Amino acid sequence: MLEKVVCETEVEIKNAEGLHMRPAMQFVDISNRYDSKIIVTNGKTSVDGKSIMQMSMLAATCGTKLKIKAEGPDAEAAINALQELVENEHFGESLP
Amino acid sequence: MEIKKGIAVSPGISIAKSMVIDSEDYRIPYRAIEPSQRTSEIRRVKKAFSDAIEELNQLEESYDNKGSQIKDIFAVHNRFLHDRSLQKKISDMIRSELVIAEYAISNTFREIASHFANEKDAYISERAADIFDIARRVLKHLLGKKREEIGNITEEVTIVARELSPIQTAGFDKKFVKGIASDVGGRTSHAAIVARSLGIPAVVALEDLTSVVNEGDTVIVDGNRGIVIVNPDENTIAEYNEYKDEFTELGYKLNTLKEKPAITRDGTKVTLLGNIEFPNETQTVLEKGGDGIGLYRTEFLYLNTTTEPTEEDHYNAYSQTVKAMKSKPVVIRTLDLGADKYTQSKRFVREPNPFLGLRSIRFCLQNLMMFKTQLRAILRASVLGNVKIMFPLITNQQELMQAKMILHDVMEDLSDEKIEYNQKIPVGIMIETPSAALTAFSLAKEVSFFSIGTNDLTQYTLAVDRGNELVSTLYSTADPAVLRLIRTVIQDAHKAQIDLSICGEVASEPEYIMLLLGMGVRTFSLASPMIPEIKQIIRSVTITDCNKVARKVLSMNSERHITSYIRNAARKIIPEAF
Repeated sequence: MLEKVVCETEVEIKNAEGLHMRPAMQFVDISNRYDSKIIVTNGKTSVDGKSIMQMSMLAATCGTKLKIKAEGPDAEAAINALQELVENEHFGESLP
Repeated sequence: MEIKKGIAVSPGISIAKSMVIDSEDYRIPYRAIEPSQRTSEIRRVKKAFSDAIEELNQLEESYDNKGSQIKDIFAVHNRFLHDRSLQKKISDMIRSELVIAEYAISNTFREIASHFANEKDAYISERAADIFDIARRVLKHLLGKKREEIGNITEEVTIVARELSPIQTAGFDKKFVKGIASDVGGRTSHAAIVARSLGIPAVVALEDLTSVVNEGDTVIVDGNRGIVIVNPDENTIAEYNEYKDEFTELGYKLNTLKEKPAITRDGTKVTLLGNIEFPNETQTVLEKGGDGIGLYRTEFLYLNTTTEPTEEDHYNAYSQTVKAMKSKPVVIRTLDLGADKYTQSKRFVREPNPFLGLRSIRFCLQNLMMFKTQLRAILRASVLGNVKIMFPLITNQQELMQAKMILHDVMEDLSDEKIEYNQKIPVGIMIETPSAALTAFSLAKEVSFFSIGTNDLTQYTLAVDRGNELVSTLYSTADPAVLRLIRTVIQDAHKAQIDLSICGEVASEPEYIMLLLGMGVRTFSLASPMIPEIKQIIRSVTITDCNKVARKVLSMNSERHITSYIRNAARKIIPEAF
């Protein structure tokens, strides 16, 4: 039986235009590479990190802090990859 | 009963059942289903999604090398179409509310979009448009050939929409469309212009009207006071029926002016022309006592169909109009559209700044085949009556010379083919950019008339998008900067002894008439239902008084003071117009 790991982190949206359609797409594309369940929270609502509809409805603007929680066998790798995308690569977009 | 306040943009009262239309050509009917139909409706949703995905994949392939932005749009749409939680949301709605698939899809997407539209951040609020795009992509497959077009309305209705595009309004039949009410828009938005020219009562800027009206609700549109009443009670309906009759009677009274000339009390003759969009509007122009057509907008020819109009399509429309007007002048304006809304097939050519982009004469000069087709048709129709040709959005002399040269080429072709046309057809231009206004003295040497398009001139001078509610209060033709430009154009036209007219919305606004007369305008082109009212104003004033108003206004430097001054001046002389 696979080991169930829970891993959590907090990230800040850094690119100027926020989590619009293209970044949301990049986010769910990475989430979907992992078996773990991914939950993203903005303090008010929690959404499925694998659904572009739910992710885009977070309406996260530049400066918004999001909690990402992964649950599953590859939780740690998933968290690392998502953190890299949001904070270091900032979706390949420009900063404000 | 619910009462909503908006902006009155076209006078009159209408009481009719509502027809709610989606942001594009689709009309989404609300229909309940039996519990036993749930499975089949959900299957229809799945099928629509998979059809849309298939179409998208084909599109993606065909766009293989065409820039990453378009590919990103497709990729995002693809993710949405594959999103299981989205499909589940729609299926859940069908299950719990027992509605048809179309309605559930439209509603779910609208809910997602409204979530964005309410956000203050501009980047996010703009996403609502993306969501509607995806919704259309899915709905298209579901509605397929069944899709109900606005052109096919067969009963009296009030059109309720978030926003109306030129494509939609082009199909309106006055016989059935009794009133128009929209969430967004302003006095000069396209829907407002069309409503006025067809004489349909309209109220815009009602904010969330579409969310409170259901298909089939009775709706009163009060285009005089800017009020819309949803599901009125019996008393209200009775009250409004009475009010409607009174208003119609006032209209009859004004119509008795039809045979009387538009002449000021001190004997100055003024010419009143109609703005039209469709050949059958000539009837209204003549009924209302118009002296001709001062602005024939030809865009509907391009918007009504998905294919390019042929020379014969153009010719048929023009000849019908020109023949109806007999020897009265008909000023045909060449295509005035941007690439952004030209045809369905070119929808993806989005410009970041369409109003400063490839539109109007610029678009024509880059699409010569299309431009020449239209010019040929206009020239052929020129032998049937008194036809003039007008180029829109000229910004410099070179553009004008280019357009004239192309016209000349087309003339030569016609001569070679021994086809008749008026070799001395008068050529004029719209003055609707500050650059054209400031160089009017030199442009005047090249044309036989100017027509000042105050809507665009105001928008370009003040750098205000007239359709944007956030800044639309800054939009005013009474701004001193705009009035100075108008004065320059009038003076330069007089010096060059060429004809001059005003064809913007201000020509139909009672408070502007004295000012414009005082500034030297003697020809007005306006929505024809307004002709009798404007004629009555002209017949009540003297040029001496108008000159005084103009002199005073041109010495003032605040838009607010000017607006209230001209309103008061007009009210003193013709209280009944306000």
